[in-house]
Amino acid sequence: MAAHGDKARALCGGTDLIIQMRAGVRRPEYVVDLKNIAALRQISFSMQHGLRLGAAVPAIEIHENADMRRYYPGLTEAAHLIGSLQIQSRASVGGNLCNGSPAADTIPALIAVAAKARVIGPQGERLVPVEEFCTAPGRTVLQPDEILIEFQIPTPAPHSSDAYQRFIPRNEMDIAVVGVGAAITLDPADDRCVAARIALGAVGPTPIFAREAAAALVGKRLDEASIDNAARAATAASSPIDDMRGTAEFRRHVVGVLTRRVVKLAAERARVAQSR
Amino acid sequence: MAAATDERNFKVIGTRPIRHDGVDKVTGRARYGADYAFPDMLHGKMLRSPYAHARIKSIKVDKALALPGVKAVVTSADFPELPDKMEAAGEAPVNLAHLSENLMARDKVLYDGHAIAAVAATSPHIAEEAVKLIEVEYEVLPPAMTVEDAMKPGAPIINPKLRNKEEGDKPTNVAAHIQFKRGAVEAGFKEADFIVEREFRTAMVHQGYLEPHNAVAIYNADGKSTIYTSTQGSFAVRALASAVAGVPETSLKVVPAEIGGGFGGKLTIYLDPIALVLSKKTGHPVKMVMSRADVLRATGPTSGSTIRCKMGCTRDGKLTAAEIWMAYEAGAYPGSPVGAGAMTIIAPYNIPNMIIDAYDVVVNRPKTAAYRAPGATNAAMASETIIDELAEKCGIDPIEFRLKNAVKEGDPQTAGPPYKRIGFIETLEAIKNSPHYKSKLEGPNRGRGVASGFWFNVGMNSSAVVNLNADATASLVIGSVDVGGTRAAQAMVAAEVLGIKAEDVRPSVADTDTIGYTDMTGGSRTAVTTGAAVFMAAEDAVRQLKERAAKRWEVKPEEVAYQDGVLSCGDKRMTIKEMAAQFARTGGPISGRASINLRSVGPSFATVCVDVEVDTDTGKVKILRATCAQDVGKALHPSYVEGQMQGGTAQGIGWALNEEYVYDDRGNLRNFGLLDYRMPTCLDLPQIETIIVEVPAPGHPIGSRGVGEVNIVPPPAAVANAIARATGVRMTELPMSPPRLLKALLKKRGSADTQVAAAGR
Ligand SMILES: Cc1cc2nc3c(=O)[nH]c(=O)nc-3n(C[C@H](O)[C@H](O)[C@H](O)COP(=O)(O)OP(=O)(O)OC[C@H]3O[C@@H](n4cnc5c(N)ncnc54)[C@H](O)[C@@H]3O)c2cc1C
Repeated sequence: MAAHGDKARALCGGTDLIIQMRAGVRRPEYVVDLKNIAALRQISFSMQHGLRLGAAVPAIEIHENADMRRYYPGLTEAAHLIGSLQIQSRASVGGNLCNGSPAADTIPALIAVAAKARVIGPQGERLVPVEEFCTAPGRTVLQPDEILIEFQIPTPAPHSSDAYQRFIPRNEMDIAVVGVGAAITLDPADDRCVAARIALGAVGPTPIFAREAAAALVGKRLDEASIDNAARAATAASSPIDDMRGTAEFRRHVVGVLTRRVVKLAAERARVAQSR
Repeated sequence: MAAATDERNFKVIGTRPIRHDGVDKVTGRARYGADYAFPDMLHGKMLRSPYAHARIKSIKVDKALALPGVKAVVTSADFPELPDKMEAAGEAPVNLAHLSENLMARDKVLYDGHAIAAVAATSPHIAEEAVKLIEVEYEVLPPAMTVEDAMKPGAPIINPKLRNKEEGDKPTNVAAHIQFKRGAVEAGFKEADFIVEREFRTAMVHQGYLEPHNAVAIYNADGKSTIYTSTQGSFAVRALASAVAGVPETSLKVVPAEIGGGFGGKLTIYLDPIALVLSKKTGHPVKMVMSRADVLRATGPTSGSTIRCKMGCTRDGKLTAAEIWMAYEAGAYPGSPVGAGAMTIIAPYNIPNMIIDAYDVVVNRPKTAAYRAPGATNAAMASETIIDELAEKCGIDPIEFRLKNAVKEGDPQTAGPPYKRIGFIETLEAIKNSPHYKSKLEGPNRGRGVASGFWFNVGMNSSAVVNLNADATASLVIGSVDVGGTRAAQAMVAAEVLGIKAEDVRPSVADTDTIGYTDMTGGSRTAVTTGAAVFMAAEDAVRQLKERAAKRWEVKPEEVAYQDGVLSCGDKRMTIKEMAAQFARTGGPISGRASINLRSVGPSFATVCVDVEVDTDTGKVKILRATCAQDVGKALHPSYVEGQMQGGTAQGIGWALNEEYVYDDRGNLRNFGLLDYRMPTCLDLPQIETIIVEVPAPGHPIGSRGVGEVNIVPPPAAVANAIARATGVRMTELPMSPPRLLKALLKKRGSADTQVAAAGR
């Protein structure tokens, strides 16, 4: 990668890259297959250190991992929504992020769980919060000679959980018209929300970290009023466009709908999550 | 031909043997069009227009020709100019100038994706590179994308030569106006207690067959040529491709490949003559295969339409009058199925007073092609939802309402002549008595809708040959391409008549030099007409068996009986096996044949019931349950009949929910892939239930009716009716996609809120 600079392109599952090459959208002269580098293929979780999720781990392995399902159900379901089983046995979360699509399913889920991307290149290593990773449709902070190694994700606090939902017109093989991820931490004593992170997909040029939406919940009981406020803030944070997948008006409405649903789901999960 | 055999005791027909082509298909051995390859074969690629409407000022091909590996480039200059009038070619009259220009644009490009030039090169990649080197100078013209745009005064004229009877010598985009009238419409509406009038829009939709169009052409030095292609009609390809390429029709042999779906879209041609002329120019076999984007941009979808429909009924549910205005997008050249739309829109009902005005309108979109009951699905979306609304106003169950008005034998069809024996009422009764309709549908935002549909079916020409082998098995040769399991059905017909097992008949689909003329697999005609030809060819073989037995037994052939594979006369008996083994000693091989023209066939009716649940926050519709009841006359192979019913219902649900061509304001197609052209996936549909209704068709030896098409007609209206009953919102535009339905739901909620607010004040 260092030798060929922007003539080279990394490949993990290839489920974006190969299609883009076929369509003539990307025309790299070199394709560098990263998926056999051990560090990119590991999932390791511990209560002390949290999660390290290799950039090239295929979505299906995430879904099959008991720690992932237990501690990061929202991120797991986001990965499990990608394409079909065939696609999921190749598609990686690293590729989903590095492709830089505003509609990528795992990005809002990654932002919700406060994931950081560990990037390495000739200049050394850096950790980039996922909400700062994408810069424009198809563009990221990665330099041509840098690669993404893994995600580092903190251990969920006690009484926390996450959720991700997307809206698609069909029930599979479709691209998110709106996606919303949320992570919620509750105070078991009075069921108040002590921390929240909400992120939106497909409603702006990049995935959106909707801080105001989360702020509407923190310190409150998660009742209709506070959740409505969060939904309104999420809608306000979105900047969707009209396209063949949905009108801007439709998307704004659905951002609110999904924010309500996802916050409720994450909170339900947080209530039953064992205190850890 | 024997009479309709209602009471006959079939032994093979109506059973479910394993299909004869099954092993080849599940093992990947079946050869589809793109599987053909020949030594020294070249690959052809097409340059397509990036504009919806433009004049071609010049085409420069030298850079493309200079690319190493490129062997030839063709443009419209390489094809003969053909007469701009309707002429017999193959099975139906066509305007050959339009056909030819659609395949290779001449002076103007008329839609995004219109073919302009083709390259043949030693690899598909080189051909693709060469296509990019062709330089075209355009004068871009404003497009007319919808019937409204195209019918407006001052609209851009798409085909300057187009005229219609009513507008005299005025250039126009209206290719035809058709009218049907009966009774006194105004008086009819005066008798009505309830009248509903609405305007509907349906989107242009594609057949969505899995396999893209393809052709491999070989032009030989002796002037004879062969085309291997996936088509629904090899004789149609022979007629049309030879005309466009400018070669004698019978110098061309067409070999039909295994076909990966057509639904009407593979009745016409796109690549065949282009590959042929490239082959003629280069002396090599030339293969062309479309991409999915080519398929969506440039092959026939079916028409989008605008339909204004007004119907009235008395308080007790008798329809009194209908007034209908309908305009269909033909695409770039005339020929939308609006005529069929007009003749089907109220065909299921006795309406004493009616007027239907139908317009065929050219627009800057791909030329439409046939798609499963062409024109009828658009039409039923209008009439069948209005009927539901009238039933609701009368407080009558929608099936009872239809029963009160349903056509039966002797009632007039829209175009005049009376129906023979038909089974519409029986399909309504079947749904009424179905476990589905009798079940309770509970829960919020859920609703049940029903709708019905009519389709003519066609007869036309078919040939069949039955060769009896010495071991009393038989080979069956037919010219009908097998799109939906018809090999099995035909083999069963032969087996029935011969008194042998279906497995002992080996069916083959032959090329145009090997079997007598046979029209396309379309119009739901194959099982019916080719089935009748097979029936008669097998009877011919049986006649020969009887003659030989008569000779041996020294009796008259009429005295010989044949049943279940046994020849008999008095106490003399001989099995088909014994007779077949002795063919050389009894007069030579036994070969039965029939070539027929079937003029009258039984039309089909279907009634579909759908349960939906609407997510009122997002406008997304979930299909909970769907049942299709269809009159099939007599099901030859019930599994494949059910497959047709399920397939048509699934496609109709696709029209209902998400399928549509999306063009931007410059007339460029935005969704030219299957991600954004959304057909239902298996997770979007329940297991579709089927009820086979059998009202034998008069005049057919088995009583079969066409089964392939009518099932697509009711579902969009049935879904709309279910949505209306779930939410109170009447949808008038297809598809009823989430953004569209949500908008309607919010509008209704908004006006309800204002009403509540007003009441509270
Ligand atoms: C049929 C189908 C359905 C799909 N459905 C969905 C869906 O539902 N939701 C969704 O979000 N996506 C979907 N996708 C898109 C795609 O599958 C996902 O984005 C997937 O996560 C990409 O992962 P990958 O490993 O295949 O990426 P690749 O194609 O290998 O790479 C994608 C991009 O990231 C770069 N890249 C990859 N890994 C690295 C790395 N470690 N370091 C630096 N750069 C890297 C590549 O150079 C390339 O530009 C679908 C794709 C298909 C074909």
